[in-house]
Amino acid sequence: MARTPAVRRTSRRLAADAGLLVLAVAFALPLIWVVLSALDPHADLRVKVPDGITLDNFDAIWTDEITFTPLLNSLLLCGGATLLTVVCAALAAYPLSRFRSRLNRPFLLTVLFATSLPVTAVMVPVYALFVRVNLIDTMQGTILFFAASQLPFAIWLMKNFMDGVPVELKEAAWTDGASSLQSLVRIVLPLMGPGVAVVTVFAFVMMWGNFFVPFMLLLTPDRMPASVSINEFFGNRGMVAYGQLAAFSIVYSTPVVLLYVLIARRLGGGFALGGAVKG
Amino acid sequence: MTAATPVPHTAAETGGKPPVPPAPHPVRPGTAALRRSLTRALPLTPAVALLLLFLAGPIAYCVFIAFTDLQLTGQATSSFVGLENFRRAFADEAFLNAVWLTLVFTVVSSLIGQNTLGLALASLMRRASKPVRTLTGGVVITAWVLPEVVAGFLLYAFFRREGTLNAVLDLLHLPRQNWLFTLPILAVSFANVWRGTAFSMLVYSAALDEIPREVTEAAEVDGAGGWRRMWHITLPMIRRSIATNLMLNTLQTLSVFGLIWVMTRGGPSGRSQTLPLFMYEQAFQNSMIGYATAVALLLLLIGSLFSVVYLRLLRTEV
Repeated sequence: MARTPAVRRTSRRLAADAGLLVLAVAFALPLIWVVLSALDPHADLRVKVPDGITLDNFDAIWTDEITFTPLLNSLLLCGGATLLTVVCAALAAYPLSRFRSRLNRPFLLTVLFATSLPVTAVMVPVYALFVRVNLIDTMQGTILFFAASQLPFAIWLMKNFMDGVPVELKEAAWTDGASSLQSLVRIVLPLMGPGVAVVTVFAFVMMWGNFFVPFMLLLTPDRMPASVSINEFFGNRGMVAYGQLAAFSIVYSTPVVLLYVLIARRLGGGFALGGAVKG
Repeated sequence: MTAATPVPHTAAETGGKPPVPPAPHPVRPGTAALRRSLTRALPLTPAVALLLLFLAGPIAYCVFIAFTDLQLTGQATSSFVGLENFRRAFADEAFLNAVWLTLVFTVVSSLIGQNTLGLALASLMRRASKPVRTLTGGVVITAWVLPEVVAGFLLYAFFRREGTLNAVLDLLHLPRQNWLFTLPILAVSFANVWRGTAFSMLVYSAALDEIPREVTEAAEVDGAGGWRRMWHITLPMIRRSIATNLMLNTLQTLSVFGLIWVMTRGGPSGRSQTLPLFMYEQAFQNSMIGYATAVALLLLLIGSLFSVVYLRLLRTEV
């Protein structure tokens, strides 16, 4: 043998590094574009060295109409719906995790089935239904639908996390005479803090990025969240203000990227979410 | 949810946990036991109410109006038209075009793109040095976490005639294209690969971590090369993850709307119009709610089919 195993391992690592770097650059190009264009006074559609660095693009979008109202709407919609989702999911997960019943399995299977239904497909009937019951173009209607659409996955995750709380601790709480609600709020939820955080962040991130639901259910421009308004402001203006579009994209995306980093750190790497999704 | 009912039976018959041992019955299992079960089920009510009203309700309504000629134009009544909407769909060239494009979009971006690239990334990452691994993981996951519409704008800029892709092709002295015009469906498929690969990467990284080191080392000692190890050892060992991943990718890809809407609006002249975009156009540009809902119902049925298969894959874990 000409090459020792050590040399072979090193060369194999170098090959893997090179392959990964090529892929990383390909994936990074659009991301580099958005960062450079946001700082570029004369941004266009390709990645290039900026003609000087400026914050003018950020200044230009720093208005009620373009940034603050849509982001506030997003916060209201996604915050409200996330709160509703997490409360309902925690309440529902508790009996599913604590008691054994013949109905648990069918219920969980139905929930799991619902997690993988394409929500896009029900939006036309939801629109027709909302017109009929006067929930169209209302924040509360959109919040309720958002919550319902995230709920199956949230229940599933929450139940799995709750199963991880040692049963002795739950039993200790019952023997001390705590009611179900007390034991849920005082013992179980604090012990599964990271789990609740994951469910909360996941629901919020999914809704923050969702375009189709508010696009269908809201009509008044003042009520639009950032996911829809970005399209109105930049998509319909013939895409001229690329620098501003890039700046807004960064402002709008930063919260979800930060939230993701937060839970990924907490769970020791981004792989936990993949594992959780797997079941 | 009507379509869900057959699932529990089949799953319960074929496997999973042994049935719960019957509780020691009180002499009269009447009111007390019933009251106890009801109290226990009480916390479920908000979730169940929400799911029934806002998820099961629309699905039931969907089944109903798919068989009517409901329109957006505010006509007072709609009438039952039977299978007319479906008959019409299968004679509608635009619909068949959308079915074909959805198929292309799903196969190219989910089955081939995200799946293979995700596996490649995951297996390269096991061998690469830590800084490279962290950097690549970070970039790929950022693409995944970004809001759908932002991803759409970034890739619109990337594929435009004056965009980054053509600049790179110029640099390499390769012919340039107006991608969003000549090959719109490929452009949006690649966009979906860019956005969705991280999920497959995460699933496969977790799966590869579970393969015992001795197995791969034994194969290496026996002189199996990289590709043969991949084909004969790695792939069979992670086949459950592959199935799960394919299923979830496909379901996600079937419901992509915002990404395509931002990049091409389904155009030019319907050449990137997948089923969700076709459905939207029928409902709101042509005001045919009944017809659009029939299309939605078909999409929902395909989705449920995948969903049921997915449940079977997971059946041991409930």
